[in-house]
Amino acid sequence: MMSSLILKTATRLLVGLILTFSIYLLLRGHNAPGGGFAAALVAGTGFAMFAIAEGPAVVRQAIRIAPQRIAMCGLGLALASGLVAPLTGQPFFTGLWWIWKKGQPSEVAIGTPLFFDVGVYFAVLGTILTLILALEEN
Amino acid sequence: MVADNAKPSIIGWVSSIIPLGLFGALLYLVPQVTVGHVFRIQLDWIPSLGVALSMAIDGLSLLFALIICCVGFFVTLYAADYLPKKAAAGKFFVYLHGFLLAMLGLVMADNILALFVFWELTTIISYLLIGFECELETARQNARQALLVTGAGGLALLIGFLLLGSITNTYDLSRITLQAGVIKTDPLYGVVLTMVFIGAFTKSAQMPFHFWLPNAMTAPTPISAFLHSATMVKAGIYLLARLHPILGGTPAWMGTLVIIGGITALVGSVLAMRASDLKRILAFTTIMALGILTMFLGGKTTPALTAAMTFLMVHSLYKSCLFLVVGIIDHQTGTRQIDHIGGLLKSMPVTALAAATAALSMAGFPLFFGFIGKEIMYKGALTEDVFPGFATTAALLANALMTAVAGILIVKPFLGPEKKTRLIPREAPWTMWLGPVFMGSLGVIFGIVPDWIGHWLIRPAVRAFHPSMEDIQLKLFHGINEPLLLSAATLSLGALLYLLRQPLRQTIDYVLKQIPIRFEHLYTGGLEGIVKIARMQTRILQNGSLHRYLSIIIGSVILGVGLPFVYSYIPLDFGRYPHPSLFAWLLGGIIVVAVVAVVATKMRLLAICSLGVVGAGIAMLFLINGAPDVALTQLLVETLTVIIVSLVLLRLPRLDPRKAVFSAGKTWSGILAIAMGALITALILAVNQTDLERSLTDFFEANSYIAAHGRNIVNVILVDFRSLDTLGEITVVALAGLACYGLIQKRKVE
Repeated sequence: MMSSLILKTATRLLVGLILTFSIYLLLRGHNAPGGGFAAALVAGTGFAMFAIAEGPAVVRQAIRIAPQRIAMCGLGLALASGLVAPLTGQPFFTGLWWIWKKGQPSEVAIGTPLFFDVGVYFAVLGTILTLILALEEN
Repeated sequence: MVADNAKPSIIGWVSSIIPLGLFGALLYLVPQVTVGHVFRIQLDWIPSLGVALSMAIDGLSLLFALIICCVGFFVTLYAADYLPKKAAAGKFFVYLHGFLLAMLGLVMADNILALFVFWELTTIISYLLIGFECELETARQNARQALLVTGAGGLALLIGFLLLGSITNTYDLSRITLQAGVIKTDPLYGVVLTMVFIGAFTKSAQMPFHFWLPNAMTAPTPISAFLHSATMVKAGIYLLARLHPILGGTPAWMGTLVIIGGITALVGSVLAMRASDLKRILAFTTIMALGILTMFLGGKTTPALTAAMTFLMVHSLYKSCLFLVVGIIDHQTGTRQIDHIGGLLKSMPVTALAAATAALSMAGFPLFFGFIGKEIMYKGALTEDVFPGFATTAALLANALMTAVAGILIVKPFLGPEKKTRLIPREAPWTMWLGPVFMGSLGVIFGIVPDWIGHWLIRPAVRAFHPSMEDIQLKLFHGINEPLLLSAATLSLGALLYLLRQPLRQTIDYVLKQIPIRFEHLYTGGLEGIVKIARMQTRILQNGSLHRYLSIIIGSVILGVGLPFVYSYIPLDFGRYPHPSLFAWLLGGIIVVAVVAVVATKMRLLAICSLGVVGAGIAMLFLINGAPDVALTQLLVETLTVIIVSLVLLRLPRLDPRKAVFSAGKTWSGILAIAMGALITALILAVNQTDLERSLTDFFEANSYIAAHGRNIVNVILVDFRSLDTLGEITVVALAGLACYGLIQKRKVE
């Protein structure tokens, strides 16, 4: 932890932006550069910055859930997204899609791969947080 | 173990319905199986590998299955009262019934790979049960010994099965049986036979693998009664019987089984004379019984095989009964040392009665089932195709010793003066004596009307694996003939040995001391050797220095990948590539400068940041070459690496500025790094020289949007087309994170 006023002030502004950007990266990933892994790295960087500026205890309080648990929930979500298909009689990890306003320019497709990518996001983010917070506390 | 404060386990009582129900269902099949009907069930399991969960119930399977369920039922009921720690009862009964089902699967499987899976399951559950009292060091050691010995045998058996499958092109037992002639003339026959023998001998505790069985007696007594006398150790016997029509009848089969079985029977019965712990005595007599069974399965005449199947039943009845009796004695008196107990007849009359019937059956007195078993045994031994003299002598001696041991087992604990024990002996609850009494009475009933059991169970069992032409009648009295005379000789010799037991024990002790080699010591020696090698290897490869680890990992990659690469010499063609742009040159220059800075600097922060510059430079190279996704990920990984590495490295002491830039260690690292870099560069150049196989790329390009609703092919591959790979990767990431967390926490504690 560094007690630098400049860093603290900048962090306050930047962490929110970085996290928003990471969600943006996560959601656009299917069509443009980005995706769960890259987005998690961005968010991890944001939290790392937060931890360096304010100390790991503040970060732990802010995220509320233990980072290892976040990682395991991510893994679970990723696995669950693959298990939806067998329930409908298709092979494991077949992508299932639900399409809203089909055929129109504003068509939105939501599918199990999106949830898989969110699972990847949380698995990677949880792991990074686990490491950074533990190292910072040590 | 205090009997008074322990309440019986409800789980045990309720779950005894499982073996009882199965027993009833199996009894229902008996009439049809007796007339030669085979029940079959088939479920596809791994059809692409020819593995099917196919079950077949013929006479042989049925005989084993009935024994399993019958003993299983009484053992469950018994264990409900016996278990000292009710807290662990749930675990205990799960193992017990899991074993029961696995064992039933084993004797009913009609596919050798399915049979192997059940075989290994019984090994594993046996391991868990031997080590059930896992806070005892000896229990853990003995459990591991049984697991390693029987597990190694299981692996040998798998080799044998796979070879059988490759010879016959099927894993179905019934289809393999049809090709028995082909197998016996195949050049691999000897190997198959050896492997199957190793599997069967380890499981059924034949010489020289017999040592694990007495040690397995650390299991709770009901388990010893069930697994290590009546069922699991008979799996090897079942296997030999099952494979008899496929592999049997050759001189190698007959010779090996008769010799090994005969020696095992003798060794087992001699060692039983010497032991003083009741359970160990029973364990050695079990080894004797298994030896006898193996010896008779070596034959191919109907009397020999009938003897095996009859003795199988005889032994299961009297041995599980005696084990349960010993358990009762242990439970009610607090000891099972034969010299510490006596005169229990007065306090435990029902148990004594059960024990007496079982012991008389074991000794082979007329009117008991054991007598029938012995008669047919001598008839079988006299008609063996190989070594009939040896077989008869071995059977005679072993049986005489059994008679003496039966005497010791019954006279010492129950008759004579009462001795003071830790607990005041009194009769066990009915759930505990019910099993011994039932099995003891069966021994009497079958002894008086043997024809009945012979017709319904034993003859169908023999017919299942042997096209027996003659009908063997199990009868109480066949007239004065050789077997009857041998029986009489056995009883007299047994009585003599009983009277001479003291000098006999001393002689055995003396002789054993003269033998320098113990098979068990070979086992422990081998185990210690493995540990030594592991220690040495850890000392060399994993001494705790990160520098050493990385050197070894990178060095082995360079050797393992580099040597074949150099060997298969591919001329590299640099002319294929366009000249890089000025921007690329500039990036290259920055990267080189940063690398020099990393190596030369004395400041850690500068080194870390320079390393970050190297990574960022490479990310830029990806970007200008049209891989934005890779560039993005590389840049982010690089950023995080800098953060994490600085969190760790900045805590270390400052580098000594007076030290030379190039130490020996650094030079070595430099050489490794340059070699690795050169190797990767050369590999990439070589790969680019071949034409890429486009079909996958085309598929992804064509289907990315249509099938997976995504325009970013990289991401679509990651989360859709190849999502199983990604799942594996994130699992690795998360587990590695947890492992690192554990290491950091451990350091904090220390």
